[in-house]
Amino acid sequence: MSAKTADFEIRNLCASVEGKPILQGVSLKINKGENHALMGPNGSGKSTLANVIMGHPAYEVTGGDILFHGQNIVELEPEERARLGLFLAFQYPVAIPGVTVAKFLKTAVDAVRGVQNVKPAEFMKELRENSEYLEVDKAFLNRFMNDGFSGGEKKRMEILQMLMLKPGIAIMDETDSGLDIDALKIVSKGVNRLVGPAFGLLVITHYERILNYIKPDHLHILMQGRVVLSGGPELVKELEQKGYDWVREKFGEEVLVV
Amino acid sequence: MSEKSAEQVLADSEYKYGFVTDVEADTIPMGLNEDIIRMLSEKKGEPEWMLEWRLKAYRRWLKMKEPRWANLDFPPIDFQALRYYSAPKKRAEAEIDPELQKTFERLGIPLHERNRLEGVAVDAVFDSVSVATTHKEMLKEKGVIFCSFSEAIREHPDLVKKYMGTVVPYTDNFYAALNAAVFSDGSFCYIPKGVRCPIELSTYFRINAMETGQFERTLIVAEDDSYVSYLEGCTAPLRDRNQLHAAVVELIAMDNAQIKYATVQNWYAGDKEGKGGIYNFVTKRGHCRGRHSKISWTQVEAGSAITWKYPGCVLEGDHSVGEFYSVALTNNKMQADTGTKMIHIGNHTRSTIVSKGISAGESNNTYRSLLQILPDAKHCRNHTQCDSMLIGPLCKANTFPNIEAENGSAVLEHEATTSRISEEQLFYLKCRGIKEEDAVSLVVNGFCKEVLKQLPLEFAVEAIKLLEMKLDKSVG
Repeated sequence: MSAKTADFEIRNLCASVEGKPILQGVSLKINKGENHALMGPNGSGKSTLANVIMGHPAYEVTGGDILFHGQNIVELEPEERARLGLFLAFQYPVAIPGVTVAKFLKTAVDAVRGVQNVKPAEFMKELRENSEYLEVDKAFLNRFMNDGFSGGEKKRMEILQMLMLKPGIAIMDETDSGLDIDALKIVSKGVNRLVGPAFGLLVITHYERILNYIKPDHLHILMQGRVVLSGGPELVKELEQKGYDWVREKFGEEVLVV
Repeated sequence: MSEKSAEQVLADSEYKYGFVTDVEADTIPMGLNEDIIRMLSEKKGEPEWMLEWRLKAYRRWLKMKEPRWANLDFPPIDFQALRYYSAPKKRAEAEIDPELQKTFERLGIPLHERNRLEGVAVDAVFDSVSVATTHKEMLKEKGVIFCSFSEAIREHPDLVKKYMGTVVPYTDNFYAALNAAVFSDGSFCYIPKGVRCPIELSTYFRINAMETGQFERTLIVAEDDSYVSYLEGCTAPLRDRNQLHAAVVELIAMDNAQIKYATVQNWYAGDKEGKGGIYNFVTKRGHCRGRHSKISWTQVEAGSAITWKYPGCVLEGDHSVGEFYSVALTNNKMQADTGTKMIHIGNHTRSTIVSKGISAGESNNTYRSLLQILPDAKHCRNHTQCDSMLIGPLCKANTFPNIEAENGSAVLEHEATTSRISEEQLFYLKCRGIKEEDAVSLVVNGFCKEVLKQLPLEFAVEAIKLLEMKLDKSVG
């Protein structure tokens, strides 16, 4: 990794929930143009990391920094982080009854880009294109946000939001969980539409299956609140073959020291 | 991370209509007795029959007890410590006091013909009297009568005598009797047979004077095959004492007639500690007298320290339809006990109830309804949807639906939900760049959507702004 400051960097991040430490010194660097994957067993702190990056109020940051374009964002409100170009695709998207998908997306796009920069006609055109790309039916845009959506529909909606908001760095929190192969393909297709020099990605997952569609350049393994191993795509295969026990065996002692 | 909970955002919102207009008032002494009522009636230059009706109501009221069955908590009201009439002085014929014009302009209701609102006729009521009614001439050409109640007593006594008190008699309840005894003004609308009222009619109620109760009366009569849409708005200054507002509204719909009645109630609700604010004790009832007639109530109740009202429909004409769409928002220490009554008398009568209660702060929000199917009413239907939303841990939401179905052919459906604006919902919206205030108002507007869409467009915009104002700390 080069010496220059990364576009997005987590330094020795510690966080707890209700006084219980979960993250115990996480460090990560993500540059735009890179695809990172973060794997780890249940309870290792993966979702906590995603929530802390966005500033979830239930988590307390007890140490460390999160730098986005060199700016420490730890003290910022979630909406300020979003406006800087951070995006989280939720593991469990929340329903907003009475608010249509179209209204929700317009509100979000206005908020992130600034309402004066959003021309309604262009917004509609973009929304149409992106919906078609994700094979989202037009009628869907008039349904209430995530209200009565199937798991797959919710995840597709997260990706539609991501395409509309065009973040600089996106985190996908187990977007692949519970998706059938067709849904997974569409979701991946959506993400790959953004992949490029202006987009950095962190895919959090249990399963390497999604990594067949969204090819990571970097893989990190999180255990007991720390990144215990980072490597290239070859690591994905190794993990697939050997399982987590291999990692635990290899790094268990170090983890215990913490 | 500085975290501001949804309930704080709500508590911080300011009331922006709390100013006082400095006008010289023509008042009568405080207190209530037969002489006061005579004085009031004389000031208004009323005919003898009107005074007699008032006195009968007063004598009846003396024998009645203040109802205490509602889920409300407030100290006894001293009816002798109130003033029952206060009107702005110096009102030459056809001339509106410039101070009053300014007041209504500040409230967004220009009264001058030059810049009056298009597409809506306004009757502006300031304390005890109507100060102006716009678009009257144009309505007159269509045969529509829209004027202050006082003018109706003078100009259309036969109509007033025929209909007043026939839906809400003065014997109805304590506050209805009080209103009948001391009501000072209000609006009167008469839509003749076959006429579709070309514009929205509205009344804007403004309480200004201190220690004065506002007791207005509205009567709307829609003859066969007619249609009218009526809007009501209200505000009051910030005062640290409670003020009483006890109105009566009567609607009458004949064969195939339709009346839509919408209220956006934004009386002053008191401060965060619950000091001051309006006691809003209102009796509103519609009578579907004719076959296939229809009466719709839509209310957005966002003000008042205490709200006690149950706009209802008496569905007498066969195939008549009653509707009630309500949003009741309570915050801080506000209390609301509101809902509806649907009385099914005719065959094939239908009613729809959609109630959305939002409670925040330490407020107490009660939904109460009576759905009655009389023994001879065949094939009636009702659909009730009753939803409550809680914001914060200290507020309360209660639901008391009463159903008395005495005819087996009725089809009744009742759905109810209770939800909470969750931290997860707000976090989700904030992660999409939406700031907390906007997130709360998005969730609340979504929750109220079914009701808000019943309002005429301009009014819906006003109502959304009102809800947002109640939710947005920065406005005020």
